[in-house]
Amino acid sequence: MENWSLISLCVLLGLTARWAVSFHSYSGAGKPPMFGDYEAQRHWQEVTYNLPVHEWYFNTTNNDLNYWGLDYPPLTAYHSLVCAYVAKLLNPEWVELYASRGYESHSHKLFMRATVLFTDILIYIPAVLLYCFYFCDGSSKQKVATAFCILLYPGLILIDYGHFQYNSVSLGLALWGILGLGLGWDLFGSLAFTLALNYKQMELYHSLPFFCYLLGKCIKQGLTWRGFFHLFKISMTVLVTFALCWMPFLSDPKQPLQVLHRLFPVGRGLFEDKVANTWCSLNVLIKIKTLLSRETQLFLSFALTLLFVLPSSLKLLSKPTLWQFKLALVNTSLAFFLFSFQVHEKSILLVALPVCLVFNEIPLIATWFLLTSTFSMLPLLLKDGLLLPYVVTSLAFLFLSLYLLSALERSTEEELRLGLYRKLTQRWLPKLNLSRIIKWKFWFSLAAMAALSFTSVWLKPPAKLPDLFPVLVSVLSFLHFLGFIIYFNQVQLMEPQRKKSQKKTN
Amino acid sequence: MSATSHLLKVVIQTVMAAPMTNDQSWFYALALGVSFLKCLLINAYHSTDFEVHRNWLALTHSLPVSQWYYEATSEWTLDYPPLFAWFEYGLSHIACFFDKEMLVVPNLNYASPATVLFQRLSVIVADVVFFYAVKECCKCLREDKGKDLLGKPSFILTVLLLWNFGLLIVDHIHFQYNGFLFGVLLLSIARHCQNRHFEGAFLFSVLLNLKHNCIRFIDKSRSSLFIKGQLPQVLSRLFPFKRGLCHAYWAPNIWALYNIADKAFSILGVKFRLLDINKLPKASMTGGLVQEFQHSVLPSVSPLATLVCTLLSILPALFKIWHRPNGARGFLRCLVICALGSFMFGWHVHEKAILMAILPLSLLAVDSRKDAGIFLMLSVTSHYSLFPLLFTTQELPIKIFLMLLFTIFSLASLKTLFRKGGALLNPLEVTYLLGLIPLELICEFVYPLTVWQKTFPFLPLMLTSVYCALGVTYAFIRLYISLLTCSDTTKKTKMQ
Repeated sequence: MENWSLISLCVLLGLTARWAVSFHSYSGAGKPPMFGDYEAQRHWQEVTYNLPVHEWYFNTTNNDLNYWGLDYPPLTAYHSLVCAYVAKLLNPEWVELYASRGYESHSHKLFMRATVLFTDILIYIPAVLLYCFYFCDGSSKQKVATAFCILLYPGLILIDYGHFQYNSVSLGLALWGILGLGLGWDLFGSLAFTLALNYKQMELYHSLPFFCYLLGKCIKQGLTWRGFFHLFKISMTVLVTFALCWMPFLSDPKQPLQVLHRLFPVGRGLFEDKVANTWCSLNVLIKIKTLLSRETQLFLSFALTLLFVLPSSLKLLSKPTLWQFKLALVNTSLAFFLFSFQVHEKSILLVALPVCLVFNEIPLIATWFLLTSTFSMLPLLLKDGLLLPYVVTSLAFLFLSLYLLSALERSTEEELRLGLYRKLTQRWLPKLNLSRIIKWKFWFSLAAMAALSFTSVWLKPPAKLPDLFPVLVSVLSFLHFLGFIIYFNQVQLMEPQRKKSQKKTN
Repeated sequence: MSATSHLLKVVIQTVMAAPMTNDQSWFYALALGVSFLKCLLINAYHSTDFEVHRNWLALTHSLPVSQWYYEATSEWTLDYPPLFAWFEYGLSHIACFFDKEMLVVPNLNYASPATVLFQRLSVIVADVVFFYAVKECCKCLREDKGKDLLGKPSFILTVLLLWNFGLLIVDHIHFQYNGFLFGVLLLSIARHCQNRHFEGAFLFSVLLNLKHNCIRFIDKSRSSLFIKGQLPQVLSRLFPFKRGLCHAYWAPNIWALYNIADKAFSILGVKFRLLDINKLPKASMTGGLVQEFQHSVLPSVSPLATLVCTLLSILPALFKIWHRPNGARGFLRCLVICALGSFMFGWHVHEKAILMAILPLSLLAVDSRKDAGIFLMLSVTSHYSLFPLLFTTQELPIKIFLMLLFTIFSLASLKTLFRKGGALLNPLEVTYLLGLIPLELICEFVYPLTVWQKTFPFLPLMLTSVYCALGVTYAFIRLYISLLTCSDTTKKTKMQ
């Protein structure tokens, strides 16, 4: 069968899965007075449509920031504005100032879901397909299989089409950035990534690798005017893009400051709710949230993040190849997720994207990580009533990546890149079959996640510990993520990539 | 090796990552994949057929057998044969673990989440019969060793059957148990192809006791009916001749064309003052579940007339087969023609009945070029004709995606299979099929925004019906011609 038909089939299946998930409930459905993220997005359409630009981020009589105030950068606001124009055409009640608060109807839900599908088709899906065709090794069938598995990653589908968000826009733009850099179109890549950054500030998790990669490339071009000029062009692209995005807010110095204040709410504390990172997990044993002062918390968070981010970034600076770039993206974003301030459980998607990009090289570990990332969001998904799609998409994803990408067969020690582990165990336990250990750990971990998912749904927690199950889910995921950050750092820092795959890197 | 032990072997091999020595794993992958898709569609729209089956669960569970065909609290009385009623009875015992309330007869339109989950899962699990039947049918095909997997006839057939668009949307969205029933039909066919005729006949009689509209196949096997002194009541429920010539949405058969011709003549007649508008019987075409049909200009059609037409349409095929049997392929071709014939000329035909022709035709399609061409024409047209079954906006993207999925797959794979010998479809056929795109755009996107939506809401349905009827009729004629003109190809027959 021809390639185009295989690709269309995969895309259609991906779209069907997405739309089928969208039949289910969304965040905050039928839960006044605050509802959830779905109402937040609707409210932003209302605010951006009815109010002038200079009021969007300010607390005014018409714009109560306590009720889902805008806390994403301007590009999200512009996107909401465009959606609002369409909404107004279909049904003005959906965006009426004040009166539309808490508006819920079947047709409105269809409209909102359709906006997600539209941007997905426009931005994310083409990026995934292009990535797989240009940067994946293997036969065209292998490439299509990889694209298919990436498209069926449950975490993104469940959050975007279930809970309701537009992560496919920011992640898609970031992916276009990676594509641009991979193809050698640095200016295009920088432009795309800057747009991603201006859509969601969480993309900052990815910014350090982008910076190090580009800087490393410029340095590799030699400390000549060519290198400097290249660096200059990139910086100008970034600055001009920022300026264009923030233009309406540059007239008054108070504006950008207020926007930044909304984007980075340092007043909100180390963490909120249950999230699978260090601080929340540590809090189970030591109540660091109350024990340490705000400044100490900030300092600790900053220090640890820097500690985990530095080796990876320095390595990338010294060796700016695509493979290093992808691994640095994983390591940096995972470090930020684990140690940074005010991390939300959905931020794991920022780590999931680069892990999807190493699917083809290390399918087993990638599958393991992606399933863990979906599992880590279980409490959120259960709150939104997404149990059925969670179970079906996770099982389908597990089965497909194992079957189509032969994840379990491609798991020799070399393929799993266990160089350092082998070196460590060589001395005392030379006969250890690391590959089999990894596989057993994989199945055991999946069994644990399945069991915990089951108990979270069917059993009632004891009265003294009402949050038992979300905490257990967070801690289990955290332990996994800790293991993954060590593994991925090991892969990036220890092993050179196999020669075969280097032909496509810059 | 039995299916369960093979499946267990596949699972164990997957867990241990041992290399796959047996290359049948793709079958289970496809079956599992489609089951996942069906699970995702659990919360999609379901039609009144959902309540129909819930009611049958309730009445078979709560009432004694003697009352099953007399119970009439709900408007959805039991109108399937007894074996299906026993099937519902069996299901009802599992239903009590999900939600006891669904088994209470007066709980009309009861659809709690647990009820929906149970009913949907029962259809998905019952499809195992269908999976088994498809596996058996694949054994009847000639295999080309060394061909790449995606080009193998058995692979293509498996996808065409397991992922059939019509079955997916009728069973797993609209809600019915066709997968299970067609599984029995296909198994019966497979047994005949494998020369296990007794099993084939037995399976066929089982099928008749499950769904009586398979009675159109009755000349192929003997049948037996459960007789419990209730035959007249059962028969009256099974064959409700009080219903009209057509369903509220006209199935794309001959009568749709007949109706439109009648309408056209009456309009023209009134316009040219050949007919008096007051003397014409008023034909209503709006809404309602089922209605009688009276024609204005052309003679009205009675149930007897449709029976006669059906019999006349299938007699030449039967005669040809009797006279010159062509082995399994000839038998299949005749089967498809009988199914199509009764679809074309039958009384109160549902558009879903076209599946009865498409599924067996898939077996022929992977075997011969001509049949592949006819299959493409028929499947695309009839799948499109099923669109009005899912009229909700929410399901619109699903039906378009799945339709495209199936169409692209069947076109691409059959083209690759028969790449030697030119195109499968001639330009006229391609134009006709492409015409479905503007038709869909007009009916579902443009028309609802016009003023006529309120005054003539049935117009898109009528258009769909008539346009598809043309395609189905064309396929029927081509199929007939191929049956009547295929001379002694018994020696070349590739099936066992």
